[in-house]
Amino acid sequence: MVTAEKTLPRAGAIVFENVRKIFVDPEGREVEALSSVKLAIQPGEFVSLVGPSGCGKSTLLRLVAGLETATEGVIKLDDEVIEGPHYLRGLVFQDPTLFPWLTVRRNIAAGLEARGIAKQQQDEVDKYIELVGLTGFGDSFPHQLSGGMAQRAALARALVNHPKVLLLDEPLGALDAFTRMQLQDEILRIWQDRGTTEVFVTHDIDEAIYLSDRIIVMTPRPGKIQEIIEVPIGRPRSRNHPDFFRLRSRILEVLHFAKEQTLSYYL
Amino acid sequence: MSVLEQTNQKKTELEIKLGVLKTSGKSGIKKKLKLLSILKFLLPVLLWGIFWAAHLFIADRQAFSDGKHFDWLLIVLLGVYLIFLTIAYFSKDIRSRLADRAPLITAGLMIVLIWELATLKFNLLPLPYFPPPAKVVAALVTDWQTLWISVLYSLRLLGIGYFIGLLVGLPCGTLMGWYSGFNYWLNPVLRFIGPIPATAWIPIAMAVFPTSFAASIFLIALASWFPVTVMTWSGIANVNKAFYEVARTLGGSEYYLITRVAVPAALPSIFVGLFMGMGTAFVTLVVGELLGVKAGLGWYIQWAQGWAEYAKVYAALFVMAVIFSGLITLLFRFRDKVLVWQRGLIKW
Repeated sequence: MVTAEKTLPRAGAIVFENVRKIFVDPEGREVEALSSVKLAIQPGEFVSLVGPSGCGKSTLLRLVAGLETATEGVIKLDDEVIEGPHYLRGLVFQDPTLFPWLTVRRNIAAGLEARGIAKQQQDEVDKYIELVGLTGFGDSFPHQLSGGMAQRAALARALVNHPKVLLLDEPLGALDAFTRMQLQDEILRIWQDRGTTEVFVTHDIDEAIYLSDRIIVMTPRPGKIQEIIEVPIGRPRSRNHPDFFRLRSRILEVLHFAKEQTLSYYL
Repeated sequence: MSVLEQTNQKKTELEIKLGVLKTSGKSGIKKKLKLLSILKFLLPVLLWGIFWAAHLFIADRQAFSDGKHFDWLLIVLLGVYLIFLTIAYFSKDIRSRLADRAPLITAGLMIVLIWELATLKFNLLPLPYFPPPAKVVAALVTDWQTLWISVLYSLRLLGIGYFIGLLVGLPCGTLMGWYSGFNYWLNPVLRFIGPIPATAWIPIAMAVFPTSFAASIFLIALASWFPVTVMTWSGIANVNKAFYEVARTLGGSEYYLITRVAVPAALPSIFVGLFMGMGTAFVTLVVGELLGVKAGLGWYIQWAQGWAEYAKVYAALFVMAVIFSGLITLLFRFRDKVLVWQRGLIKW
C-alpha cells in the first residue's frame, strides 16, 4: 500500500490573500465571482466548501488548481504563489473525465506519462489500481465502467503524482446514495493514509460534515466566505452522531434556510 | 396459505402450462423451420441448375464463341459453394454465415442470369455497349496482364497522392484546431480553395507540372487534403475542454496536450476525414487517368472504349470495384483497431 507519504513532513498549506475574481460575460459585463476572500488552510486539513450555486466555490477551487487566475490578490501553496496548473495540485471533477481512448491503467498512469516517468513507475500504477479498489479492471475502457468505478479511476489518476493538495469539485454529485457513502469512506481512508490537504466542494451538507475538519460556508453574488464552521466530531465518525444535527442546523441557519418547517422536516 | 403464496403457486401452474404449450408447439414449427432453412441452403444450387440449363439449351442470338472461361467460372463457383455447404454440415459457425449469405448469392446469380438472357440469349440490349457476361469474364481472363499492370499504376498514383494529402492535411488540421493564428491564415484558404473539385484544376496542373504523373499526384493530394484538413480541424477544435484541464493539472506540457489529448480525442472525426479523402482521391485518380495519364485503370477504360471493347470496360470496372472496396475495407479495419475504445462503431 502507499504509506510512504505518512512519514514525510506534512506540506500543503494554502493561503488566500484578499482574492478577488471578476469574470467578463459575453456581453462585456463584469461579474464578481469572488470578493476579498481571506482563508488559510492547514497542511493535511480536510476542508469543505458549501453554499448555493453561484457562490464561487468552484471558482475558488479552480484558482487553487491554477486553471483560473485571480483578478486581485494571490493564492499561495506553502508560501509559493500559484501561477498555472501543477501536478502537485490534483483535481477531480464531478464528471470523471477519464480519457475514453485509454484503458483504466493508462488513464491512471497519465499523470506519470505527462511527466515522462511512466516507464520507471509501472508498479506504482498497479498500487493505485489496488488502492481505489479497481483490481481486475486495469484493461477495461472507461465506457465499460459504472459511474462509481469511473470516479474511483479519476481519483487514482489525480493521486498518482503524489499531490500536496487534492481538489475535489463535487466528485460524488452524480452518484447514487450508496456508492456515494462508499466513496466518502474511501476518500477518508486515502486522505488519512496519505495526509494530503483536501479541498472538497459539495452541495450536500451531511457529506461536508461527515468528511471535513472545517466547513467553509459561502454566500453568492459576489461570492464570499460567510462563516467557517469547525467539525468537532472525532474520527472515525458515525453518520448518526448527535452533533450532526446541531451542525446541520447551524449551517442551514447561516445559509438562511433554517425555517420552522425545515427543522420539523429534519426531526 | 397467504395471498402471496397463492399467487406464487398460480404463477408456477401457469408457467408449467405455458411451458407445455411452448414445447409442444415448438416441435411442429421446428420441422417447418428446418425444411425452410434447408431450402435456403439449396436455393443457390437450384438457381445454378436453371442457369446451366438456360446456358446450354437456349440458343445464342448473338455471335460469341469464347465462352469457355465463363463455363469454367460457373463450374468453379458451384464447386466452391458445394464445398462450403459440406463444411456447413459440420460447422455451426459456417452454417449460420452461409445461411446469412445464401439469399444474396442467389440474388447475385439471378442478376447474372437476367443479364445473360437479355444479351446473349434474346439480344434485347444493344451491342457493343452491353456485352454478355461471358464476354466480360473472357476479357478479364485474356487481358489480365494489362489489367494487372493498370492496377499497379493506379495504386502507385493513388498511394503517393493520398499519402501526400494526409502528410499535409493532418498537420494543417491539427495546427488550425490548436492555434488560432494558424486558423486565421489557413481558414480563408481552406474555405475558398477547398470546395473546388480537384479535377477542375486539371488544365492548370497540366501546365504547371512537368509530367501528367506529377500533375495527377498533385491533384489527388489536393483532393484528399481538403476533407482530411477540415475533419481534423473540427475534431480538434471540438475536444471537450475538461480533458485539457485534467491533463494540465496532471503536469502535461503543451506538446503532451496536442499529441496525447487533442489528437486521440479527435481521432473519430479524423477518420471521417480519411474516408472522405479516400473517396475524393478515387474520383480524382480516375478522372486524371481518363484525361492525361498514360497508364492505370482509368486509362484502360478510356483505351478500351476507344476500340469499342466494352467487355474490357466492364472488366476494368469490376477490378476497380474490387480494389477500391478492398482499400475502404482496409481503412475500416485499421479504424476499428485504433478506435476500439469507442462504443457502437459501424461495421463495414
